[in-house]
Amino acid sequence: MEFFIISMLNGLSYGLLLFMLSSGLTLIFSMMGVLNFAHASFYMIGAYFGYTLSGWIGFWPALIVAPLLVGACGAVFERVTLRKVHPFGHVPELLVTFGLSYVVLELVQLVWGRTAVEFPPPEILRSSAFTLINHSVNGLSLVWGAAPAEMCSAADAAVRVVCSPFPATRGFMMLVALLMLVSLWLLLTRTRIGLVIQAALTHPEMVESLGHNVPRVFMLVFGAGTGLAGLAGVIGGSTFVTEPAMAATVGSVIFVVVVVGGMGSLSGAFLASLLIGVIQTFAVAIDYSFLTLAKDMGWALSAATQENSFAKLTLSQVAPILPYLFLVLILIFRPKGLLGTREG
Amino acid sequence: MAAVYKFKPYNVGRWVIWSLFALVLVLAPLVFTSNLSVTMLAQMGIAIIACLSYNILLGQGGMLSFGHAVYTGLGSYMAIHALNAVSGGKLNIPVSLLPIVGGVAGMGFAVLLGWVTTRKSGTPFAMITLGVAELVFAMSLMFSEFFGGEAGVSGNRVAGEAFFGITYGPQIQVYYLIAVYTFVCVALMYAFTQTPLGRILNAVRDNPERVEFIGYNTQRVRYIAFIIAGFFAGIAGGLGALNFEIVTAEVVGAGRSGAYLLFTFLGGATFFFGPIIGAILMIIAFVLLSELTKAWLLYLGLVFLFMVMYAPGGIASLIMMNLRVAKFGKLRQIWTSYLGLGLTAIVMLAGAGAMIEMVYHLQLNSALGDTVKFMGATLNAKSLDSWFGSAFVMLTGLGLFELARRQFARDWGEIQTDIEKEIKRRETAV
Repeated sequence: MEFFIISMLNGLSYGLLLFMLSSGLTLIFSMMGVLNFAHASFYMIGAYFGYTLSGWIGFWPALIVAPLLVGACGAVFERVTLRKVHPFGHVPELLVTFGLSYVVLELVQLVWGRTAVEFPPPEILRSSAFTLINHSVNGLSLVWGAAPAEMCSAADAAVRVVCSPFPATRGFMMLVALLMLVSLWLLLTRTRIGLVIQAALTHPEMVESLGHNVPRVFMLVFGAGTGLAGLAGVIGGSTFVTEPAMAATVGSVIFVVVVVGGMGSLSGAFLASLLIGVIQTFAVAIDYSFLTLAKDMGWALSAATQENSFAKLTLSQVAPILPYLFLVLILIFRPKGLLGTREG
Repeated sequence: MAAVYKFKPYNVGRWVIWSLFALVLVLAPLVFTSNLSVTMLAQMGIAIIACLSYNILLGQGGMLSFGHAVYTGLGSYMAIHALNAVSGGKLNIPVSLLPIVGGVAGMGFAVLLGWVTTRKSGTPFAMITLGVAELVFAMSLMFSEFFGGEAGVSGNRVAGEAFFGITYGPQIQVYYLIAVYTFVCVALMYAFTQTPLGRILNAVRDNPERVEFIGYNTQRVRYIAFIIAGFFAGIAGGLGALNFEIVTAEVVGAGRSGAYLLFTFLGGATFFFGPIIGAILMIIAFVLLSELTKAWLLYLGLVFLFMVMYAPGGIASLIMMNLRVAKFGKLRQIWTSYLGLGLTAIVMLAGAGAMIEMVYHLQLNSALGDTVKFMGATLNAKSLDSWFGSAFVMLTGLGLFELARRQFARDWGEIQTDIEKEIKRRETAV
């Protein structure tokens, strides 16, 4: 039971991190039709900026300043390059961001080196948020913070006690993502600028003729989207690991999220992020294969089947390909994506 | 009606070009005889097939694929397994035909995976190919029987009976095998662009809606083109397996797919011969540039960015534009601007390059001392003088380049309007 709860929370927190990234990507895509291939690169820049800034001004100020800087970088990039290739169509736009991902990767390696840097979360987030104690006599209980050692060990050998801590960084990650989700939703639906953005999504010419500067709105949206990626980077970088490969690890997964959720649908991206986060986390934790399943079911298997590498694969080994399998299945059975509206 | 100038009964221009191409393929290893250059030439042949097959998707079909290495790579794997079967005596086909095995494998996987990917076009297509590529790469680490795990699968191409003394032991024999395949595949792919299918593929790229209205199924056109591209990609992969005699999981990786995209685009996706230039550049960059400087990926990325922004047609389009200028006899007016542009660009790039190299040196091998050798000069990466000097050179270059660029832009614009006028005049004269 406690395994299920902790894994579920881990999965949700990972999913929410994915959403922080895919929301920016979706926003930029639905607004400008540009698939920002370098989105994960901005995530990486955010992590490295956070790393450097937290050395200078501490973690909490860095958490605010780094995303702002990343957003500024994104806005400058949009202004200098993307706006130039916008008239050529969507493929050159995609190619520009593709080229940028190469350049960013090299620059990051140039400035911060090719190995991982140590970017620990601040003191307050290093312990656990709460601990689940499964006591075979007293049942399940919850303690905020780390559980004292005497609660996790029983004097009686017959009593089994299992403590499962939930790291505070993960809780913080969920908190920030949820705050971001709410404020993004409020911004888009309740404020003037949000209304202009929504209008510019569907009727850019009309909005322009009403006196709004649509290219500047695009620049702001691009900056905001990359800024969100930067925020995710600071949190993700301190929770997981800050290394030059981090963009590639998360990059292809967020593309899967955007396609599975439905291109350009923010709620779809939310649903798909959570789904993929939970599926991947559970799959990694479960050590089952066809063979163990067959044994549990009591099926007799031939020796050849038992040696078959396909049957021997455990679910945790398959975990890395699950998002992509999910993508292929969605495309076959529901080409629009989960909550998408547009086809093609 | 476009007036196409044709010689009868033979199209002499075409015969000349193709004979020249064959001649270059035959003579290249006789001119560049060192071991390194023969290996590079062999790799260029393979890369030409791969990039041209990629251009069936990108240039002719408007499909931006991030997963072309899946088809070359799986072709490589099938070919090397077939090669091992031949060595083991289980399979009886000549080694010369193994690339075809790779091609059929690439085609088979394109039939299977292309069915999913070509359901969409445009940006979703690009993302799906990326997903499929990741899927295959992740699988390659999972099924070590087929993919050989970390070590890869190796083979020995000297297998089966020698045919007229050709054993494929020496590299030069492999080169000529690759040259034959390159020539045939390039010819076939060129022929493909002239078929009705090739033409309708261009139409699908330019205006899918109208193609639907005249009664074609755009999805099926994309699918068939994808399968054909998969076949040629597989041949390139099979040749690669024979050439290197080892296939590792890297051949299906995202880096390889990215390289095909990058260099096909740099060469020029809008012209048939563009990817050939791209492929040659790719091998030069991978083999020579990566030896020359550690920062080569950065340079490559920057060149790519500037190319997308300022010359979306790639090198091929630059060549064709200048050919047009030359045809109208205007090259003489502009060559001074070119000279100025080139010289100032060199000055600017020298300064920028010196600074980049010094940063790389500080980051990567500062243990070897502070001095960097750059274009014959010795720079001290930790002294202010070197930095100041490089920055000064770069800024001077930048300023002069901007002046030269303005002059060039003016000249170029004038020449283009002259040419337009000339074309109009000729039309009315006819």
